[in-house]
Amino acid sequence: PPAHSRSDWIGPPDKLSNLRPIIFYVPPEESALERRLREARQEAQASNQRFWARHNRAFRQEKEEFIYSRLKAKGLEMRDESGQKATLNAEEMADFYKDFLSKNLKKHLQYNRDWYKHNFRITFLMGQVALVRALRWLRWRKKNVKQ
Amino acid sequence: AGLFVWRLRNTGVLQIPCRFVQLYHVANNRLITFQYFNFLKRMYVTQCNKDLSQRAKPKSDSIVSPLHELQQLDQEKKAVHRISPVSPVHHLGSETSSRNELREMKLAAETEDSVIPVGAESKEDRQWKEMKLQLDDLPGILARLSKIKLTALVVSTTSAGFAMAPVPFELTCFLLASLGTGLASCAANSINQFFEVPFDSNMNRTKNRPLVRGQISPLLAVCFAASCGIPGIALLTLGVNPLTGALGAFNIFLYTCCYTPLKRMSIANTWVGAVVGAIPPVMGWTAATGSLDAGALLLGGILYSWQFPHFNALSWGLREDYSRGGYCMMSVTHPGLCRRVALRHCLALIGLSTVAPVLNITTWTFPVISLPINLYISYLGFRFYRDADRSSSRKLFFCSLWHLPMLLLVMFTCKKSVLEKEDKGNLPGGSHETAMEIRLP
Repeated sequence: PPAHSRSDWIGPPDKLSNLRPIIFYVPPEESALERRLREARQEAQASNQRFWARHNRAFRQEKEEFIYSRLKAKGLEMRDESGQKATLNAEEMADFYKDFLSKNLKKHLQYNRDWYKHNFRITFLMGQVALVRALRWLRWRKKNVKQ
Repeated sequence: AGLFVWRLRNTGVLQIPCRFVQLYHVANNRLITFQYFNFLKRMYVTQCNKDLSQRAKPKSDSIVSPLHELQQLDQEKKAVHRISPVSPVHHLGSETSSRNELREMKLAAETEDSVIPVGAESKEDRQWKEMKLQLDDLPGILARLSKIKLTALVVSTTSAGFAMAPVPFELTCFLLASLGTGLASCAANSINQFFEVPFDSNMNRTKNRPLVRGQISPLLAVCFAASCGIPGIALLTLGVNPLTGALGAFNIFLYTCCYTPLKRMSIANTWVGAVVGAIPPVMGWTAATGSLDAGALLLGGILYSWQFPHFNALSWGLREDYSRGGYCMMSVTHPGLCRRVALRHCLALIGLSTVAPVLNITTWTFPVISLPINLYISYLGFRFYRDADRSSSRKLFFCSLWHLPMLLLVMFTCKKSVLEKEDKGNLPGGSHETAMEIRLP
């Protein structure tokens, strides 16, 4: 993002976490409230990034291991004659998906709680910041009108 | 083509033409099959896709709404690797045509049961964007936030409920009920998206939503939801009747506070979602009559049962995304139950259609005329139950898309007119005509 920009910038999805990173603009006259909002957003972003990067990587890894073990059980190699990566069909993968989901359920429940907390907090702070800004603008308008 | 050549010259990437030709060739080969699928998909788009994980709209149906961004429908099927050099391909023609191409390629990938590298994102998507609200984009953004197509479907089921009520047609009441339901649906969908940002980012179908892309702030999404939901419910309560308003508010609550969190906790979400989808026609009925009659419950029951074959079939192809995203869906955890339930409810539709004349909502021609389509969907449900593969799930899903509108249409044409009920026997063959009279506002 350009250096002179006065707003946040959002980027393309991260390769691991699929989340879009945000670069936050820090205004020179940032109030305490605005700083709290920005920090909350940064913290949420970091926490989300950590969770999903780790989770997706585990998924990919376990999927590979599953395919490998199943192929081995069938007596096949990871790559067939043409060099193409061998895959299992959807029905065989279904066992893996079921397994993976149940293994990670508790992790997801915890993450859900955290995410909802972050989300509400950020939105509430955004609301407060917007309110303060609106009041400030109204006061400035009133001052200008008086003059 | 010209544009593409220009881009080639500009980028100077030599391997692109080969890949493009290859993809184009692949796409062409499957053009005929794809035309059919694309037609259905487009139809689907206009009918609003039901988001599996998103349970389309609480109002219309969590399961029901296929109102989802249809174009993502096939993307979730296969894990597709992105290759950056292919991205110029997507600059050919309009965005929609490139999406169609992409869909075709993805279908090709699926059919071949292999993963072919496809540039899943346009170049524009990979750039850093300023997070400033663009006012000219706002209508489009809000439309996507509120899942406007899904909302339209929900409103149409409400209208069906209104039309089936055995009272003279009132235009103002009808319009108010439709508008109120539409607003409530927008609100519920927006809150749903507000809750699901990180999950949506990780699922292929939903990763282009406004909140995911940062086109709108969560605060604005909540404000929009409030500014739709509060007037919507107020409109229903004050402009129609309190019962409809209460149902609307309850449905919003059910969708946002029950269904959405439940999706990640237990498979019971499917049943809750089915109720969410069943409530709009009930609302249409109560808007017309002011009371919860057996007819309202029957209509709700029909939509409730319809949700299962629709959603279960759709979710069958999304198992990988659901598993990774942490969504508890029957198709992942209890596949046998998934198929059983779908079949069970297809058969229930036959039963419910037979009950309609008993409750004096329709004439006896309705179960007779609807029997072929109900039997057909039950047959596809049975095939899905037995085969449990992608093709049978797709067939069932696409069938459910036209089955519901057709069923509702047949129901409407077989509606027992109010006049006929009043002077029984006076109009022996006039049921259709009188029904027509009442229908015209």
